[in-house]
Amino acid sequence: MTFTPRDWRAHPPVIAPGYKSTRLRGATKPLIPIRQSLSELTGPVFGHDCLGPLDNDLTKNGRKEGEPLGERILVAGKVVDEAGRPQPNMLVEIWQANAAGRYVHKTDRHDAPLDPNFFGGGRCVSDDEGFYRFYSVKPGAYPWGNHENAWRPNHIHFSLFGPSIATRLVTQMYFPGDPLLALDPIFLATPEPARDRLVCAFDLSLTEADFALGYRFDIVLRGTLATPMEDKR
Amino acid sequence: MSKGQTPSQTVGPFFAYGLTPQQYGYPLAGITSSDLRTPEIAGELIRIEGRVFDGKGDVVGDAMIEIWQADPQGRYAHPADSRGGNVAFPNIAFRGFGRCGTGTDAENRFVFETLKPGAVDDDQAPHVNVIVFMRGLLSHLYTRIYFADEAANAGDPVLQSVPAERRDTLIAAADDSSGVVVYRFDIHMQGDKETVFFDV
Ligand SMILES: [Fe+3]
Repeated sequence: MTFTPRDWRAHPPVIAPGYKSTRLRGATKPLIPIRQSLSELTGPVFGHDCLGPLDNDLTKNGRKEGEPLGERILVAGKVVDEAGRPQPNMLVEIWQANAAGRYVHKTDRHDAPLDPNFFGGGRCVSDDEGFYRFYSVKPGAYPWGNHENAWRPNHIHFSLFGPSIATRLVTQMYFPGDPLLALDPIFLATPEPARDRLVCAFDLSLTEADFALGYRFDIVLRGTLATPMEDKR
Repeated sequence: MSKGQTPSQTVGPFFAYGLTPQQYGYPLAGITSSDLRTPEIAGELIRIEGRVFDGKGDVVGDAMIEIWQADPQGRYAHPADSRGGNVAFPNIAFRGFGRCGTGTDAENRFVFETLKPGAVDDDQAPHVNVIVFMRGLLSHLYTRIYFADEAANAGDPVLQSVPAERRDTLIAAADDSSGVVVYRFDIHMQGDKETVFFDV
């Protein structure tokens, strides 16, 4: 078994001139192909034992004296591979700005207010059918220094391992209908046909009445090829 | 939403409180750390440290480095590695995974305390798998650390697949002047010394 290659028709290039920081930080030489060995076919395994009880509820895990401000949301979806096979027991880590567009991070200099009741980090592990679920508040847009009057669209950062280091994925989930998407060099660095995979869908069936709006975000990791590894026992 | 791989996006500048909260002093328990050592595992204690340099030669202070390695006996803590007649996880005590941001060290180093991996029982020399993330990197990059003092490097198929003049970028030399064996591995994103990155 090997993992399907990274599909560069889906992933952004490491240098995308519209996103200024890539110019000095993206590799310039071609990536060197590597035959997948046990090193690439394995990766860290994280189970439910690494989770705290409130880890997937960002409306509760940063509370000090009350509820965090903002529009409550529920973000849920299925982790699958390219063949649509569910990926159970997979760690999903997220982090995001608060409703005002401010991160808890010490180096975030945006002068929007911090929310004493919101931390913005969490994690969960997908269930037997590959489903994951988070409660949070909708993150606000925030300005950044890429160009004059640059604003990041509302987004939640996601990190997943999948079954091996080959399936490692760090990405961002955006919200439907956001006018900033058409102006965002990070989103636009993604090849056009794959961009909509980064945008969640409003889902009334996930919405919890009188509590939170539901958004669906499915995540597709690299799949597997049945070809046996050559020169392997 | 269409099918196909979910695209990668940059980790951005503010990953620390979500992905490396303990290292950066945020109130969230970490799922991992930069210290891979476990008392149960016998082997050679080593430290891996290095810095990340951008195309201007400036040190990157907001990168996140992950390492994945075999234990000193050359086994991965993963169900796909069931060698030796064991079922899964022959070496579960040694998880083999570490994560370190470059924003807490005075010199913006990443520093891993770990054990030297053994050869993975095939034709490869002992090595550590490395994943590089940072603001300004839209898709993460993979590289490998090899150890300068391993004779097996000469026959390693991955090293041999790299143009000879670039192989040095993957090889860390040992320095034991401080009493601990330190392997230094700097990562150069661009320039004459650009690190070899693999299409894993
Ligand atoms: Fe962000």
